[in-house]
Amino acid sequence: MSFKKFGRKSFASQTKVDAFVDYLEKGEVRGTQCKSCGAKFFPPRADCDQCLSNDMDWFPIDGVGTLVTFTRQGFAPTGFEKDVPYTTGMAAFDGVQVFGRLDGSIPEEEVEIGMKVAVRTIQYDDGQLSYEFIKA
Amino acid sequence: MSKDVAIIGVGQSTFVREYPGSIRELAFDAWKEAAQDAGITAKDISASVICSAPEYDLQRSPAGVIAEYLGFVPAPTFAIESVCSSSTSGLRVAYSMVKSGLHDIVAVVGFQKMSEITSADSQERMGRGSDIQWESPFGTMMPAYYAMHAAAHFKQYGSTEKDLAMIRAKSTTYGAINDRAVYRKVLSVDECLNAPVVTSPLKKFDCCANADGSSCVIVASADRAKELCKKPVWFMGLGSGSASVTLTGRGNCYGLTAAMKAAQDAYAMAGIKPQDVKVAEVHDCFTIAELLAYEALGFAEPGKGVEIVREGQNLIDGKIPVNVDGGLLSKGHPIGATGGSQVRTIVLQLRDEAGPMQVPGQPEIGLIHNVGGVGLYANVTILGR
Repeated sequence: MSFKKFGRKSFASQTKVDAFVDYLEKGEVRGTQCKSCGAKFFPPRADCDQCLSNDMDWFPIDGVGTLVTFTRQGFAPTGFEKDVPYTTGMAAFDGVQVFGRLDGSIPEEEVEIGMKVAVRTIQYDDGQLSYEFIKA
Repeated sequence: MSKDVAIIGVGQSTFVREYPGSIRELAFDAWKEAAQDAGITAKDISASVICSAPEYDLQRSPAGVIAEYLGFVPAPTFAIESVCSSSTSGLRVAYSMVKSGLHDIVAVVGFQKMSEITSADSQERMGRGSDIQWESPFGTMMPAYYAMHAAAHFKQYGSTEKDLAMIRAKSTTYGAINDRAVYRKVLSVDECLNAPVVTSPLKKFDCCANADGSSCVIVASADRAKELCKKPVWFMGLGSGSASVTLTGRGNCYGLTAAMKAAQDAYAMAGIKPQDVKVAEVHDCFTIAELLAYEALGFAEPGKGVEIVREGQNLIDGKIPVNVDGGLLSKGHPIGATGGSQVRTIVLQLRDEAGPMQVPGQPEIGLIHNVGGVGLYANVTILGR
């Protein structure tokens, strides 16, 4: 499936890891792992910068992660205005870090660095696919 | 100090909200001042390095247009870009060109006319400021990334919104005495603290002032410097580094590793320690960036940067005066011109010619810390007289 379906607004249409979007459609968030040297990548990569292999497996981002940092954005670039305010942040999972938005229904006062989160896939009204952090 | 490559002239335009002219005319303002400062003409320029962030330029490949307007033709010219650190990346290239013996006098011209594009176009480009494949699709923007660094620093080290407000209040006191600054108003700590939130925990005055502006630095070989210049300022150390574009590729969010690497390399080349630096210009695109700079540069241990703020060590008469020209926060941040303007300030300080902004005690060593993107690129330059 075209990578253009990823995100609230897409900026990139072609990538060798567009299976990422197929997994999103199935309700899964996945990264890649090098079959040759075992390096794990999120966001997924088609090519391993460690051993130069391009033979990759897909592994799921599941289980519980920890919020590393976040910000509640009161302003947005073109194409995201209707969503304001929203919270973007990064969480650490087993061996990888994941960037994304937080579930907008989490009360603002409950969001803090160190909180436990999980990822879940979402689909916007216009059909765009993405994922977000929910409380774990 | 090995005195083999020097800065013999510096110039900058006044930084303004909207420059009433074209980019070539804007660049001319800085070149004119630098040429007069160095006592040279366009015929003396052996090569030029033109620096800007191209997303703001309507002119395709502006280097040629600018080199022509400044009278540098037929000397070679080309562009160097690393967003907000473009002109110190250009400086690094110019240093190499002179040090190699390929050229004897090189002009580094930085410029940005941010008002060249409409506000709507600017908002659109803002969305493409991070990794467009993996992070821009979430609606990120520059202030949000620095805000995430502020939140992480607060949590890790106990720094506060008030510390950041004190950094901005300091910058406004110096912006007010710099007649080239775009933001001349003095703000109190409370005014900064009570400003509306842009992206938590950063508020309106934690963010730098956009501006149109230009800068020019003339780099020369030792022979030409001694022949032309009464007060050459010498390169002592140059360090540069990079870091992952995606936040996920970084070890933590409470320091900028590219700047740490650049600082280590610059100190090693110069053979000095952080406490030998007597005046510094650091990349304060946001208040938190200045705090991170204190720690990356070794002015304070990691987590102790707040002591510099709380004890006033960063003031003009303090232990390590920082951004006494108002910094990016108040002087303004015309992307491609910023690094060259920082260099100009330090050169004037080392020549004891900084007027009301002059640091007392005739500083002998100064440092410039210039960061591109959210710690994506970093250049640290150490100069001495």
